Amino acid sequence: MMSLGAKRFLLAAILIAATVSAFSAHFNRYFLGISIDVAINIILAVSLNLINGHTGQFSLGHAGFMAVGGYGAALCTLHLSPLVPAPLQPLVFAGALLVGGVAASLLGLVVGIPSLRLRGDYLAVVTLGFGEIIRVILQNMEVVGAASGLKGIAKMTTLGWTFGLAAVTVYVVAAAVNSTYGRGFIAVHDDEVAASAMGINPTRYKVIAFIIGAFFAGVAGGLYAHHKQFLSPTGFDFMKSIDIVVMVILGGMGRTAGVIAAAVILTLLPEYLRGFADIRMILYSLLIIGLMMARPQGLFTLSPKKATSA
Amino acid sequence: MSQLLQQTINGLALGSIYALIALGYTMVYGVLRFINFAHSDVLMLGAFAAYFLTPRVEALLGPQSIPGAILVVVASAVICAGIGMLIELLAYRPLRNRPKLTVLITAIGVSLLIEYTCQHRHVLGAETRRFPTLFPSSDFHWQGLTINSNDIVVLSVTLFLLAGLWFVVQRTKTGTAMRAVAFNHHAAALMGININRVISFTFGLGSALAAVAGILYALKAPGIEPLMGVQPGIRAFIAAVLGGIGNLPGAALGGLVLGALETFAGGIPGVSNYRDGIAFAILILILMFRPAGLLGKLQPEKV
Repeated sequence: MMSLGAKRFLLAAILIAATVSAFSAHFNRYFLGISIDVAINIILAVSLNLINGHTGQFSLGHAGFMAVGGYGAALCTLHLSPLVPAPLQPLVFAGALLVGGVAASLLGLVVGIPSLRLRGDYLAVVTLGFGEIIRVILQNMEVVGAASGLKGIAKMTTLGWTFGLAAVTVYVVAAAVNSTYGRGFIAVHDDEVAASAMGINPTRYKVIAFIIGAFFAGVAGGLYAHHKQFLSPTGFDFMKSIDIVVMVILGGMGRTAGVIAAAVILTLLPEYLRGFADIRMILYSLLIIGLMMARPQGLFTLSPKKATSA
Repeated sequence: MSQLLQQTINGLALGSIYALIALGYTMVYGVLRFINFAHSDVLMLGAFAAYFLTPRVEALLGPQSIPGAILVVVASAVICAGIGMLIELLAYRPLRNRPKLTVLITAIGVSLLIEYTCQHRHVLGAETRRFPTLFPSSDFHWQGLTINSNDIVVLSVTLFLLAGLWFVVQRTKTGTAMRAVAFNHHAAALMGININRVISFTFGLGSALAAVAGILYALKAPGIEPLMGVQPGIRAFIAAVLGGIGNLPGAALGGLVLGALETFAGGIPGVSNYRDGIAFAILILILMFRPAGLLGKLQPEKV
């Protein structure tokens, strides 16, 4: 889908997002909030898809990257916003998102390094561990409000920002994977030994996948922080990571369009299930099991990929 | 010095519970090569089985009797063995030949299903309940050390079960079949081993150990609730990886090491707040230097 006019798609998507955003004051606040949630989840799922889907490195710590980005961005705006005149606020926000993203990608580098030696279940455990360590550290850091959370974050996230950045994420991930260079991600996913025999350095591709994936997770965290205006360490626990993993699997590992669709469905589904609030999560877990039994290749994948030993 | 000894005793008691749970993870990994996330919920179900059985057994044998306690523990272990086998039959067996990741996600799904079903107000409810005192406990004081009789029970039960497990795995026909399946599925099937029965037995054995561990954990914990298995489950899982997943002595060793280190770290002022993160930090450090765990063998990837 990215072959022809991918850049045009990107520009068009950003333009539409910005235009719609200008009218957002007329929208129902509830639907506006949900739409922003949808876009944030698209960013998270698509960025995780680069690590888990395209490169085949099973990571269970995406919520950790998101947390670092969210807290980083929120600290930036909390300290810088009062010093800057109103017209420049969007710049501060952009800078804060960038800082959050870079902080998360530095962490991605740190997580990526052990992944050079570990594979499969071991890697899953280590990424899970990194996520939990970040949560525990945040829970004990007084600067960011410790266990009671970080309050008073300005509301800066708009439809334009989220959908615009979601478009950028989709573009960057798709363009990276579909470039000559980026075919290496898929080669590493399919067979590491064969890939290195063909002169591809698996180590490098794995670390790059972690850095890019973590960057966008950090950006999503920043958007989330300035959308909810409140951050709490418990919001970034193991369950949050699982939610994102489920989106990627539901959409089909390594299939960008499917993953986007899954992110939309899984964000909206709980809202529709509000009427069954007390059995909502039971249905959710049944959905995961049923899906793995019936369609392990993802909901929207028509031709099953050949089974790979991930 | 006595402080150090005291912490060692506490650490060993905690670590032996981790070891019991870790054995279940590692046995299942040995035969099926995936992490059974639902194991920590079987542990919780074991504690709840004991919670509901105790009043009935006490009505029969009188309160806090030793035979009663043994009966409760054995009955809970049998119930959980059944649950473990049922989970394998319904959720994992249909996926036997699928990619490992599919099974892993299913395991997470099963775990969430059990947790959320139990939290529902018509099933168990989310509130914490007080676990009954199965048998009288008292503190011993010796040279400035305080030893709770529960800790001694925990340690001796664990040692007994470890010895029993060693006997089952090394000396019985079923145990030999288990090792054969863990070594090579296809070759074991060709030798006439009923793979399904062996895997089912492995789940039953692991789940029974988890039930006992759940009861022992509940004796030390303030109360039981549907999510009580998550924290010890994660620790035990780390312990299994730490010792080298798939390796039985490794799981026992990993559990003890983790329990001891965590207790020591919890005793240092300032570090105790980070307790939840310490287990993972230890794990990451060890895996950086020994990617296959303490006792695991690194298997080179075949082309």
